[in-house]
Amino acid sequence: MEEFFQHCVNAFMLGGIYALLGIGLTLIFGIMRVVNFTHGELYSFGAYVMFALVMLLHVNFFLALPIAMALGVALGAAIEFTLLRKLRGADIDTTMLVMIGAWIAMQNLEQFIWSGVAKSVRTPFPSSPLVLGGLSVAWSRLFVFAVAIVLIGGTYALVDRTRLGRAMRATFQDSDAARLMGVDIDTVYLSTFALGSGLAAAAGALLGPIFVVSPGMGDLAALKAFAVVILGGMGSIPGATIGGFLLAFIEEMGAGYVSSGYRDAMGFLLIILVLVVRPTGLFSRQERIG
Amino acid sequence: MRRAAAAALLAFLISIPLWVGNLYVLHVLIVTGIFTIAAMSLNLLLGYTGQLSLGHVAFFGIGAYVSSLASLGFSVHVAPDWLVTVGPQPVWLAMLWAIAISGFFGWAIGRISFKVRGAYFVIVTISFAEVVRLVALNWDELTNGPMALNNIPPLTISIPGVFEFSFIGKVPNYYLVLAAGIVAHVVIARLVHSKAGRAMIALKENEPLAMSVGIEVTRYLVLSAVVSAAIAGMAGALYAQYIQIVDPNIFLFIYTVTMVIMVVVGGKGTLAGPIVGGVIFGLLPEGLRSLQIQPELQWVAYGVMMIVIVSIMPSGIVPSLAGWWNARIRAHAKPAEAPETSARQAAQ
Repeated sequence: MEEFFQHCVNAFMLGGIYALLGIGLTLIFGIMRVVNFTHGELYSFGAYVMFALVMLLHVNFFLALPIAMALGVALGAAIEFTLLRKLRGADIDTTMLVMIGAWIAMQNLEQFIWSGVAKSVRTPFPSSPLVLGGLSVAWSRLFVFAVAIVLIGGTYALVDRTRLGRAMRATFQDSDAARLMGVDIDTVYLSTFALGSGLAAAAGALLGPIFVVSPGMGDLAALKAFAVVILGGMGSIPGATIGGFLLAFIEEMGAGYVSSGYRDAMGFLLIILVLVVRPTGLFSRQERIG
Repeated sequence: MRRAAAAALLAFLISIPLWVGNLYVLHVLIVTGIFTIAAMSLNLLLGYTGQLSLGHVAFFGIGAYVSSLASLGFSVHVAPDWLVTVGPQPVWLAMLWAIAISGFFGWAIGRISFKVRGAYFVIVTISFAEVVRLVALNWDELTNGPMALNNIPPLTISIPGVFEFSFIGKVPNYYLVLAAGIVAHVVIARLVHSKAGRAMIALKENEPLAMSVGIEVTRYLVLSAVVSAAIAGMAGALYAQYIQIVDPNIFLFIYTVTMVIMVVVGGKGTLAGPIVGGVIFGLLPEGLRSLQIQPELQWVAYGVMMIVIVSIMPSGIVPSLAGWWNARIRAHAKPAEAPETSARQAAQ
């Protein structure tokens, strides 16, 4: 039983990061209708910024985090401005292939700059875990979880409470109507992509120091984010949050009780199951066929 | 005119091993040919039914694994105390198995995936390919996992007691791949020009309208997925018996990307498109290699070229050229003799 609760705790810690990754992707997906293949690269970009700042420039760990996120926002804005702005109105295949090209170029550039050797980042957290009644949690994981929850809450508040957020929601519902009502679509798209990218970079900056930083690390993260989006329905922050935790639970339980080799397959099997049983998704009331 | 061009191209392709002595060049051409066949099969889905599958490498890999396993023989526990052992099969039979089982997976995956469209379909197909890769990686007993399947026998055709021939080396494999490519081309061309092909194009252009005139959309989508998967499986089987080693890396996403980019750059929905795109993107990595720069930078250049080509020519090379050619002919001929031909029809 204790083992089960330990798995639950681990799943919660992991779920925060999955939700963070999924929210960035689902906003871009929902509002811009872009399948963002650079999402994983923004994730590894955040991790490499942490490595450069903390290990090479000896910047304080807690100061490096917001810098990494800000640079992620800037890189996202640059991608939107140089690549996606020209492709507005292009069909989904074209946009997707351009994003795949950007993903290939970015990942190999990263490998060129930092080499393929995995790097580790020193963290200021004590190495002995927090132990509470038989359950143990690493301090670093707890910190990651807390920051992820704060960022998720902040994003939700931004979309739900601010003027920009209202413009984003209007664009999500009907971009043509929003434009007619005077919403500056370019600004909405730019901020959406920058925000989503910043969240991905934050996830990488948080998780990179816990594991190791390597050029391919973003690929798996991007696949997880895609799974979260499918589970939660596109454009929905609560959906992506629940989807993130759900994916983490399934993976953790699957790895714990079925087979650890198939840990990464659990999410995909869940997607397939959802499609067989309920093709409209778990939480989305929106029609997704056609 | 078009017949003559096709015959000239075929004669050129047949003559290549006669004047290309360099074995490495032949190797590049063989691998390019195999991936071009895979791209042709993907074109059936992407170009004719309009569904962007980013999991196509799953069928390629399944074909490679099935033909390798059947030709090597295997034993596997279906249940904890039920061991199934299959002895080595002749390679030609193993390849037929590969085609059949890939086609079956195309049917099963198609049935599930075609419940959704657009971006969801894309992600679902990626998920399938990822699951298949993880199965190949983890099912050690059957696939040997990351240790790979080695010493896969080459294709041998024989009439017992009369003659026997094994496809070993570059030149026989070149002709084998060329022959397979022609078969795949004929099958796809037949299908596309049949009633089923017209139904596929109709549902790509306007699915609700196609449905309203009585086209059974899911049936034709699944049909195209089955044919497409079977041909991709054949390409995978050819690859396995040529390279003679198969490991789970055959399922890497980059191979799917290669197939998609071949189709899109050449021109989706045209029969010539994947061939043109296949030659370009099959030879491009070799061209980049000759620049003598680091491999990472070659791939950066590959990615940048992808962005540039797709941005300036979203409909692909063949439709663009066909449009230009038709405009030229129309300018020279009398208006009455120049029927309105869309770029797609002309490219076929």
